[in-house]
Amino acid sequence: MEKSRPLWDNPLQFVFACISYAVGLGNVWRFPYLCQMYGGGGFLIPYFIMLMAEGMPLLYLELAVGQRMRQGSIGAWKTISPYLCGVGIASVVVSFFLSMYYNVINAWAFWYLFHSFQDPLPWATCPLNHNRTGYEEECEKTSSTQYFWYRQTLNISPSLEASGSVQWEQALCLTLAWLVVYLCILRGTASTGKLEQLANPKAWISAATQIFFSLGLGFGSLIAFASYNEPSNNCERHAIIVSLINSTTSIFASIVTFSIYGFKATFNYESCLNKVILLLLNTFDLEEGSLTVDNLSEMKDYLMATHPQEYAQLSPQLKNCSLEAELDTAVQGTGLAFIVYSEAIKNMEVPQLYSVLYFAMLLMLGIGSMLGNTAAILTPLTDSRAIATRFPKEVISGAVCFINCVIGLIFTMEAGNYWFDIFNDYAATLSLLLIVLVETIAVCYIYGIRRFEKDLYTMIGRKLNWYWKLMWAFASPLLIISLFIFYLTDYILTGTLQYQAWDATKGQLVTKDYPGYALAMIGLLVASSIMCIPLGALVTFIRKRLKRESVSTTA
Amino acid sequence: MIIFVFTVCRISNVLLCNVTDRVSFWFVVTDSSKNVTTVPGSEVEAAIRMNRNRINSAFLLSDKTLQFVKITSTLSPPVEPSTPVWLIVFGVVLCLILAGIVFLVVAGIHQRKKKNKKSTERENIEEKCEVTITVENGIPCEALDLKAGHINGVFAADDERFTSL
Repeated sequence: MEKSRPLWDNPLQFVFACISYAVGLGNVWRFPYLCQMYGGGGFLIPYFIMLMAEGMPLLYLELAVGQRMRQGSIGAWKTISPYLCGVGIASVVVSFFLSMYYNVINAWAFWYLFHSFQDPLPWATCPLNHNRTGYEEECEKTSSTQYFWYRQTLNISPSLEASGSVQWEQALCLTLAWLVVYLCILRGTASTGKLEQLANPKAWISAATQIFFSLGLGFGSLIAFASYNEPSNNCERHAIIVSLINSTTSIFASIVTFSIYGFKATFNYESCLNKVILLLLNTFDLEEGSLTVDNLSEMKDYLMATHPQEYAQLSPQLKNCSLEAELDTAVQGTGLAFIVYSEAIKNMEVPQLYSVLYFAMLLMLGIGSMLGNTAAILTPLTDSRAIATRFPKEVISGAVCFINCVIGLIFTMEAGNYWFDIFNDYAATLSLLLIVLVETIAVCYIYGIRRFEKDLYTMIGRKLNWYWKLMWAFASPLLIISLFIFYLTDYILTGTLQYQAWDATKGQLVTKDYPGYALAMIGLLVASSIMCIPLGALVTFIRKRLKRESVSTTA
Repeated sequence: MIIFVFTVCRISNVLLCNVTDRVSFWFVVTDSSKNVTTVPGSEVEAAIRMNRNRINSAFLLSDKTLQFVKITSTLSPPVEPSTPVWLIVFGVVLCLILAGIVFLVVAGIHQRKKKNKKSTERENIEEKCEVTITVENGIPCEALDLKAGHINGVFAADDERFTSL
């Protein structure tokens, strides 16, 4: 007899946990970027098709597996087939990598949140230089928000090789972020509960990828959450609800993000025009009011004709201000969240209020997703009898948080943001595709879809719709395989991988090649999680062989 | 420290030269006490730097609207409190979180001690008849469809042993 498994207090708690896990920072900073790159509203078509074909079926699959097997990812896949224990281990490894670097984002959000209680906001103005005659040189070349992000938050080094030292301020924020996560997972399940271009194949691939990663498939978090369900829970309905809410949040976030883009673009365009006007007025000693926004282009031609030499001297400084260029600067990731948004916020009325609200929202999204990740790591650990009997739950959670925090200090170094980008781009992408592919094939063909259908009928009480069966057996695996092939060929064809480094002298990002050891690290990240699957099967095979031989010799 | 006192109030010799579209003027400061010699440019620059605010307010202008060519304005730094504000907020949040963690850990230990005492008492008094979920080889019973035959995982693995005989 086994001690009864802790349960969610009610199904709503489970739904909220899944939503808070799935709705993360990607909804805010990745989805709007993709919409902008692939034709705006038109992107919704491949997005929703992929949601129906890939997102919802796979989400339902993971929830059903967790609810049926009532164990974390390692135990669940071991029950399906002993050779598949590697899949669970791979999920835990990927979750571990993710939790290492993801909490750094929460640390940054805390940093910005704490700095929001000042007037004026620290990223609104540039700091002064030594003799107080002007602003800092680096800040002059770029904008005050970018300066605050690259210099005062990250204190970024010019390249990956120049590691620099650990920034104590960021380390403190990271420690706080991990303490918050520890506080939330301390009590286990109960506390987690109390988240034209259509012809362009890239648009479809991006839609598929976005749905895939946005729902957080393959990390084992959904299996972990579902394992704490009552067996009779209607996970089919919950799968649909969670995926729809996730997509709705993405769309809502895009609407807000686009209005922020528009505001920022207009503001920057007008500032650019004013700067050009001031420069021309000062150089040619023109009367105030003679140069306005409306007659700027005619006046520029006139000045070019009448004073060609001076104009030629001035022309490198004269930027062609264009609203389209401002709108086209699509940004994603940390750049959007911490630069573009903070730039928009600093120009609003009562910026402190909006800043606090915005970074508190980012924190909530980030911590919600972190709780899902840590659940993916902790559930298999607490399930395994070897560890759970020796150490209480608080100690295991504390150990996991502590180890991740210490490793996460790497990302608080001066070159930390480059390592962050490496982890963000490569730690979870290819491995997750393979993990979910193996999961789908395992459930459909190794465990048997008819057997699974019967289990679901026992649990939910309703026959499995032909739509789910079709998606699980054919559509989703095919989609994942094609995504996988696409990404592999893309990586191979691009050749050397490159990254964007911040150049302090120019005040902008420059492209550099990754050094050898960084490429090795990328390879290690991808290989260590993928290799778990065949290794797990091999180890089980060898173990069985040895058992059989030892039994036959004794018999 | 040099203190300049503007005692000379005679404005003379206003000449028009270098006419520009902009409102601009050149000026020369002479010191009548020293044989009407022009005050050197560097001293005038230093004086203007120190008294910029007064000159601006005399014209009802600011540093942005009144420019002295080649004299950059001294910018005022933002007001910074002695302890950075963010550290204070950080400290407050940190204390709250640590208090929460300590409370939960202590409560958890307390609860476990109570449970251990209760379970030992019950074992001594009566048979354990609490409702537990019966488990059949790692799979909870209610999840199994006991009517339909299932391949039992433990025995299926050892199948090969028997067929080889």
